[in-house]
Amino acid sequence: MDYLGKIFIILLSSILINNFILSRFLGICPFLGVSQKISTAVGMGAAVTFVMALASVITYLAHYFLLEPLGMEYMQTLAFILIIAALVQFVEMVIQKTSPSLYQALGVYLPLITTNCAVLGVAILNINEKYDLFQTLINGIGGALGFTLAIVLFAGIRERLETADIPEPFKGFPIAMITAGLMSVAFLGFQGLIK
Amino acid sequence: MKVKDILVNGIVRENPTFRLVLGMCPTLAVTTAAINGVAMGAAVIFVLAASNLVISLLRNFIPDKVRIPAFVVIIAAFVTIVGMLMEAFVPELFEALGLFIPLIVVNCIILARAESFASKNNPFYSLIDGIGMGLGFTIALTILGAIRELLGAGSIFGMPVFGQGFEPAVIMILPPGAFITLGTLLALLNKLDEKRQKQARQA
Repeated sequence: MDYLGKIFIILLSSILINNFILSRFLGICPFLGVSQKISTAVGMGAAVTFVMALASVITYLAHYFLLEPLGMEYMQTLAFILIIAALVQFVEMVIQKTSPSLYQALGVYLPLITTNCAVLGVAILNINEKYDLFQTLINGIGGALGFTLAIVLFAGIRERLETADIPEPFKGFPIAMITAGLMSVAFLGFQGLIK
Repeated sequence: MKVKDILVNGIVRENPTFRLVLGMCPTLAVTTAAINGVAMGAAVIFVLAASNLVISLLRNFIPDKVRIPAFVVIIAAFVTIVGMLMEAFVPELFEALGLFIPLIVVNCIILARAESFASKNNPFYSLIDGIGMGLGFTIALTILGAIRELLGAGSIFGMPVFGQGFEPAVIMILPPGAFITLGTLLALLNKLDEKRQKQARQA
């Protein structure tokens, strides 16, 4: 298979087939936490996309140019989480200085992203799958787009659930879980897209 | 008496999965079989107890401003240790849990306990709290894993339960099964709670 085809498959599978939330279970906390309204879900999605693309590339560089030459692959977890935490802090400062309006929109979500397991997850996945730099970037962006897609769709459903007549014990988390389950069934349908 | 209180608090009153609804990623992802729930739980008990202990010992030395990064480094160190131990001694389980071992670092329960308990209490109580919370997490994961394994593969801990005629509902061990099982369990607990409160009011 040629290189471009492979890139396309990575993109497609990270958005739809192995959707980060609905089939890989990465980033469930923000998925349940900030999905009450569509507008906040979009904001969170944008912030995650930005950080995930950047984090993918930087952790890739750190792994192949720093950890591997030094023979310290076992420090991967520690190094990656520090890189991500620093990166999030840095992004927050840059956005605050350069674009106050963007900061207003994304500001509150940025600190939450450090503990979003999707970001650390994609960084480790990239290394495990032995992607090259460009594939890493595509996987990061694709994964984040998949995250955004799922959280926005979910927020749309939850807005409707607000006014629905739900049995008392199911209110809150239980119905949210079951909704996510049904969405996950729908996304299972994409599994046949790639052999 | 206090020790027992802290333990019960972690396992029942503030059960991380069923009550606080924290640390959902590994809860949903690894519970395709009961044994995976036990293994993940064991790894979390170790990390939670060890990091709580160390953070509590250092609580007077860590400046307030950098406490979160400091906690994360301590937690990451223990996660690395647990990952290496599992890879060496139980490679099959390490393989099954895969990505979710390093991801214990970003498990909200651990940071939440460090922040809300270990940084305010003495080392011994912090250790007990870590064990209690870890046990609560383990029990929840094992229940979830057992239900999904039973319905999705017709076995518990790898032992077949039903006869030949049983047609397993494969969806239970696929991703949707995780959400649906946990949602149903949470609703069931709410229902039981409601009943208990009603009884308490009548009495």
